[in-house]
Amino acid sequence: MMASIPSRSAKRLSTLLGARTISASSSGLQVCPHACRRQYSLKPTATRPILGGYRAAGVGPSGRGYVKESKPAGAVEAAVKVGVEDERASIGKRPVDLAIDPAAMLSPDAGIFKQATIMDQGSRPIYLDMQATTPTDPRVLDAMLPYMTGQYGNPHSRTHAYGWETDKAVEEARAHVASLIGADPKEIIFTSGATESNNMSVKGVARFYKGKKKHIITTQTEHKCVLDSCRHLQDEGFEITYLPVRNNGLVDLSQLEASIRPDTAIVSVMTVNNEIGVIQPVEEIGRLCRSKKVFFHTDAAQAVGKIEVDVNKWNVDLMSISGHKIYGPKGIGACYVRRKPRVRLEPLITGGGQERGLRSGTLAAPLVIGLGEACRIAKEELKYDHDHVSRLAEKLKDGLLGMEHTQLNGDPDRHYPGCVNVSFAYVEGESLLMALKDIALSSGSACTSASLEPSYVLRALGNSDDSAHSSIRFGIGRFTTEREIDYVLKAVKDRVGFLRELSPLWELVQEGVDLNTIEWTQH
Amino acid sequence: MTTVIPSLMAESALQVRSLYRSLLRTSSQFATYNFREYAKRRTRDAFREHKNETDERRVQELVQRGLKELSLLKRQTMISSFYQLDKLVVEGGAEGKEKGNRGGIVRQKELGYD
Repeated sequence: MMASIPSRSAKRLSTLLGARTISASSSGLQVCPHACRRQYSLKPTATRPILGGYRAAGVGPSGRGYVKESKPAGAVEAAVKVGVEDERASIGKRPVDLAIDPAAMLSPDAGIFKQATIMDQGSRPIYLDMQATTPTDPRVLDAMLPYMTGQYGNPHSRTHAYGWETDKAVEEARAHVASLIGADPKEIIFTSGATESNNMSVKGVARFYKGKKKHIITTQTEHKCVLDSCRHLQDEGFEITYLPVRNNGLVDLSQLEASIRPDTAIVSVMTVNNEIGVIQPVEEIGRLCRSKKVFFHTDAAQAVGKIEVDVNKWNVDLMSISGHKIYGPKGIGACYVRRKPRVRLEPLITGGGQERGLRSGTLAAPLVIGLGEACRIAKEELKYDHDHVSRLAEKLKDGLLGMEHTQLNGDPDRHYPGCVNVSFAYVEGESLLMALKDIALSSGSACTSASLEPSYVLRALGNSDDSAHSSIRFGIGRFTTEREIDYVLKAVKDRVGFLRELSPLWELVQEGVDLNTIEWTQH
Repeated sequence: MTTVIPSLMAESALQVRSLYRSLLRTSSQFATYNFREYAKRRTRDAFREHKNETDERRVQELVQRGLKELSLLKRQTMISSFYQLDKLVVEGGAEGKEKGNRGGIVRQKELGYD
């Protein structure tokens, strides 16, 4: 019994030595001699010391120890122990007994780098920017993976099984997308995203009917890609009406009706605004457009999968859908193009005639399948997710509006709860974002987050520049937890209070001075 | 006949309980905080939603669905364990003091990128 212990500990020692050499050679050369020497002095009686990485010669009965031992299974765990004082206690124990903090096991880099911080306190920010993009649902990834590995066929190949199986999955995905918005599968065109869908719809319809119709109506709070498409069409000779919105962010229907002309080709109004989350009266607009025989396009990237969408009930002729806003993959979207009554448009991309000739090019099959799965889940979970999001949003909204001098942007009733846009008076929005580094937030659309210019959407609502500067958008989604909301509420309260304490304007407000009455000295 | 049905019921109740436990156990293996919490919450709510189900056929249908979800969870928790990132700020210890005395010292990146 006694005889077996030294040989086992010797084996363990050499294992440790082996691990030491591996870690030392990857992190720095000076460590090796030092560590080795220290290790030798620890247990000189164990066996004859052999150079690290080689098995002690005396272990096997043959005594021929020239075969290099493969890297032991516990090498990484053992290497974590470098530099720890009580290594004497760890010799002869299995790696599981080494009392390594489980947090250390979490990091794939554990033990490789010597410069270390503690894993105990997490440092990754909470994600609260669901209007910019959403995390890919694991169920979506699971549906996509087979088509990214083995089933790589081109869905348009009709001559072999690789093509057939992918084509079948793509058509299933199309059916899922269609059923989420109450359409026919044949009316769904896959694109690269909502931006392409918007471009395709607005430019396509306008260009197809340019002989007779020269007028387009949109709103001031649309997404940049619609506004930019309109600007390009303006250069081509179209007339554009940018409808103003009321203070609550909603379009005035009578104003819309007044601006429809006999030569109006298309009306484009987004369903849910990406910055303030207001839900436009799409159904009424659809009815109005149908009665005036004008095509109606809606950008529903923020609405699909979050609120009930029905293209037939709403009389929508064209609709844009985005994959990565509904927990799907990025780089995929869809465009709904009505068949009865038929909407004709000039394609942006021409070529092989895929997708009814409206969007040529090979379909990105794994992404399409991911979008289909995301739509299937969204349809199944619509109510469950909506309840969850509403509950958290209610809590967040109540907490934030409970602070003084805060204001909710957008209409409080016709509002998608997952988008809470709040203005914090007397605090600079960008500095608040910097102070809230542990929370991933945005002051508005991700497309414009690089510029310091205040949001054009908030200015269209009639907010002052100050108020637009100091507003922050909180996006809540399927994967947000209650604990995160509690953390955010506490962090925002603390730091808004801190920043206001620094502000001289806040001091004046506390003294009861009306800021508008101050005459600032001019330089 | 009357003796067969309760035993069948008991068996399916056992099966459902075991499925529930495995779903919860597998859910908690997600390395990503948000997915982990969602999977646990979804499992709990799904079982609660159908707790008064009496139709044997419907119960079996739901069990089949649960088994499908379980194998999906097993695959996805595995994938998630390969691509681990740092913990979120809400996950870690509350006090934020250094306490890596027993080899719990590892390097971590500031954010997900270098």
